[in-house]
Amino acid sequence: MSYMLEGRTGAWEVVVGLEIHAQVISQSKLFSGASATYGGAPNAHVSFVDAGFPGMLPVINQECVAQAVRTGLGLKAEINLFSRFDRKNYFYADLPNGYQISQFAHPIVGTGVVEIELQDGTLKNIGITRLHLEQDAGKSMHDQHASKSVIDLNRAGVALMEIVSEPDIRSPEEAGAYLRKIRQIVRYLGTCDGNMEEGSMRADVNVSVRKPGEEFRTRCEIKNVNSVRFVMHAVEAEALRQIEVWESGGEVVQETRLYDPSKGETRSMRSKEDAHDYRYFPEPDLLPLILEQEFVNALAAKLPELPDEKRRRFCEEYGIPFYDAGVLVADQATADFYETVAKGRDGKLTSNWMSGDFFAAMNRSGKSIENPPVSAADFGALLDLISDKTINGRIAKDVFEEMVETGKAPAAIVEEKGLRQVTDTGAIDDAVTKVLEANQDKVAEYKSGKDKLFGFFVGQVMKAMAGKGNPALVNEAVKKQLG
Amino acid sequence: MSIFDLTIAEAGKKLAAKEISAVELTTAYNDAVAALNPRLNAYITVTPELALTQAKAADARIAAGQAGPLTGIPLAMKDLFCTEGVRTTAASKILEPFIPPYESTVSAQLLAAGAVILGKANLDEFAMGSSNITSGYGPVENPWKRNGSDAKLVPGGSSGGSAAAVSARLALGATGTDTGGSIRQPAAFTGLAGIKPTYGRCSRYGIVAFASSLDQAGPMARNVEDCAILLNAMAGFDAKDSTSAERAVPDFTKALTKGVKGLRIGIPAEYRLEGTNPEILALWDKGIEWLQAQGAEIVEISLPHTKYGLAVYYIVAPAEASSNLARYDGVRFGARVDGVDLIDMYERTRAAGFGPEVKRRIMIGTYVLSHGYYDAYYLKAQKVRNLILRDFTNAFDKVDAILTPTAPSAAFGLGEKMDDPVTMYLNDVFTVPASLAGVPAMSVPAGLNAEGLPLGLQVIGKHFDEETVFAVSAAIERAAGFSALPDVRAK
Amino acid sequence: MSLDAATVRRIAKLARIRVDDAEVETLRTELNAILGYVEQLGEVDVEGVEPLSGGAQMALRQRADVVTDGEIAEKILANAPDRNENFFAVPKVVE
Repeated sequence: MSYMLEGRTGAWEVVVGLEIHAQVISQSKLFSGASATYGGAPNAHVSFVDAGFPGMLPVINQECVAQAVRTGLGLKAEINLFSRFDRKNYFYADLPNGYQISQFAHPIVGTGVVEIELQDGTLKNIGITRLHLEQDAGKSMHDQHASKSVIDLNRAGVALMEIVSEPDIRSPEEAGAYLRKIRQIVRYLGTCDGNMEEGSMRADVNVSVRKPGEEFRTRCEIKNVNSVRFVMHAVEAEALRQIEVWESGGEVVQETRLYDPSKGETRSMRSKEDAHDYRYFPEPDLLPLILEQEFVNALAAKLPELPDEKRRRFCEEYGIPFYDAGVLVADQATADFYETVAKGRDGKLTSNWMSGDFFAAMNRSGKSIENPPVSAADFGALLDLISDKTINGRIAKDVFEEMVETGKAPAAIVEEKGLRQVTDTGAIDDAVTKVLEANQDKVAEYKSGKDKLFGFFVGQVMKAMAGKGNPALVNEAVKKQLG
Repeated sequence: MSIFDLTIAEAGKKLAAKEISAVELTTAYNDAVAALNPRLNAYITVTPELALTQAKAADARIAAGQAGPLTGIPLAMKDLFCTEGVRTTAASKILEPFIPPYESTVSAQLLAAGAVILGKANLDEFAMGSSNITSGYGPVENPWKRNGSDAKLVPGGSSGGSAAAVSARLALGATGTDTGGSIRQPAAFTGLAGIKPTYGRCSRYGIVAFASSLDQAGPMARNVEDCAILLNAMAGFDAKDSTSAERAVPDFTKALTKGVKGLRIGIPAEYRLEGTNPEILALWDKGIEWLQAQGAEIVEISLPHTKYGLAVYYIVAPAEASSNLARYDGVRFGARVDGVDLIDMYERTRAAGFGPEVKRRIMIGTYVLSHGYYDAYYLKAQKVRNLILRDFTNAFDKVDAILTPTAPSAAFGLGEKMDDPVTMYLNDVFTVPASLAGVPAMSVPAGLNAEGLPLGLQVIGKHFDEETVFAVSAAIERAAGFSALPDVRAK
Repeated sequence: MSLDAATVRRIAKLARIRVDDAEVETLRTELNAILGYVEQLGEVDVEGVEPLSGGAQMALRQRADVVTDGEIAEKILANAPDRNENFFAVPKVVE
């Protein structure tokens, strides 16, 4: 069931490719020793190299190279042992050298693939065309002064990985899923923090439309979209715009556009004539980047388990459904928390509790997995009390709430409040007898076919036992006494 | 014997022996500069007070017994080397107000060796030229004159100011840079020795970049020995330059006495150009004889792609320059001309700040890199460049060094060769191939022409084999016995 | 490859150098002379030849990921033709 947009002349398919710019996590910049950390007073994290002073030269940061390789491995991509840097020449106030050092002809990473999951559970592969390293530009601000723009070069020279997808994306939902997946992978790998609000990850969205079965038509690029939601909206807005152009008899012009969230539409960027003549040529201040296979192998060996692998392993190892595993591996910290608790315990029980009460409590209290509502140890202890039948599930929920509120350990709460589950069959039988006697009319109805009343009896017994009856034993007893 | 007759080697000995002081030496040179620079215009910026401060520090080191061969030696620093706290212009108006907050590696090494910097030497703007006439701060007068003529001659370029300063004895030595011949050709025009080392031998950090894959710093001095002393201090691996070679620097002065016995010297047929001045060819023949007489074996070789060198150079160098000069935009340093918007500001700033030769090269460079032309021009040129390198690699299988003339003529008059840019470019025909291949090459003063002007011979060596280049050059120097001096000089 | 006036203007635009009408013609002539000279490379057979970039053929040296630079805002701004507190200032840019 593919996504189509209805135009006046029929259904249109949307073709999308994403170019994601991900800032590399490193101490210093790609080609200079200045700090790559976000923030800092204006022009503080700037060296003469970053500021493009005369005679300054680039020297590459080995960690940025390693981060790019790790990311490539995470994208199941080809690592190019030979790659090269090129200059991309253009003039802009935030580009001190008048060129950006990038990789054009020979990127460090080649083709790969990323698996995305849609709402309805379908899995789809999105191809990766390449990943290359390049410098980030500085920041120009146009609202600090009436007649001037001001420039801060702190960001100039920070390493970026540009991840280019194949034009395999066919809907806003797929675009969102792909972006989230890339974000998840780089966060797992520790190569980028994926923080779109802060700008450490940005997306350029290439959109075109076509009638099903056609060749690709002209595309437009929407630059610097900085949230998943906006990417999804931008895809739709731009696709609709293009459809309108085609259907009115016009031709979509290849151009660069910006998404305006306040208007929900895209608009053309000014004066980009000749913007495409970047006059790429090999960076003469650098030599070719040659990697040893051993180096790549060593990085591969130390790579953390990736989300897709972890998800599948959770299913197998902990016996939980694919969907549930997906929720747990959404980020590394959550997955780690789960495993800490689930190790040596009932994986399914753990998963159900995490997805349910635990996440609910976390959201309610505004806490995070790094600062959880209950510790992994306490949470595990609670699950143990359920598994060894000390308490039943119903009671456990109350205990959990108490744990969240007071921070006390579950065993302590159970003791304090006398919440131990009753497994004494004698006591249970008594309680059942009393309930059946008090509801003889209902017993008669049940016996004449109203099966649903079974639950009523069980509920009444549990109520009489203040919830502490072992549900299985209660069920058995009720069944026996009803005959 | 005037103080100005001392070479670096001689002055070094006298300083160490405390026969003269660094302050004396520097004061003499400061005075000479004050007297003659207004005429010759060899320096754009003079720094006499700073030089004296450096000289005093040098004397202290000498007194403490910590002197080296360059301690207290007064030098001219080509105004392409960024010098901390001292204005650096690259001979361009666009850098007129620029005061670098950092020091180039090469000048830092010279200062660390105790050298004294008298000032920033004039050059062709952004090192683009072979005559020093493109400087935004006026041309330089060659201290040499044709016999019986008062006509002003060019000192060559781009290191014209460095050459004029040393030959007029307004400095004991100078730094230059060589991209297509900018050390060797002015050295030949002014009767000096000058070497372009192997690409990667000296650091490019802090040198205003012209053509990144070609630029190399090197010394210019009165003789081969002084060049060796200077290069010892200038060369060396620098982690701040990714193209810097991780190679130990030998003591180049030790190569001077090696002699040429048993060395095979290549004579490339393709350097015997149709129409080359017969005096130049005659000097070349003499050079061959001198080396033979000292025990070298002469081998005819072929460097088949020689004639394409200039065409390759005038595509590759402007291409890299067009990109390297994009940073001169009036935003972070240098001169600015205001505009109605950012683009207007860029366009006006660069139009006002760059001279015509620089503009031409930026435009050519922009064009040959532009969409649709990259393959036909830049890519093609870099392939032919590889062929030129192969010519040398093949030749060096058969020979240890190559001997050629340095320039196709002696120094010409200010105002000559101005018909079109290409005429000026032809000055570099003998020097450009070695630059393209990255091999070391030196010019040695070998004789005078009929008009009394100096002529140089060029010695080209294998990558990182400056020692053989020095050995052969020293042999030529010994045989040539060049001792002529220009009329205009400090005495 | 002969340049016309329009191409000269386009190149000047790409290079961000203002040229007035008088200059365009002079530049056109001069640039054409240079391009005419370099045309001879057309004669050279480069079949199977790799392009060269730089005389020294080594692999790129990498440095350790340590902060060794920066925190020199005053020096960075010292030569600024127009400075606004700790920023570089330029004529306003409208995106």
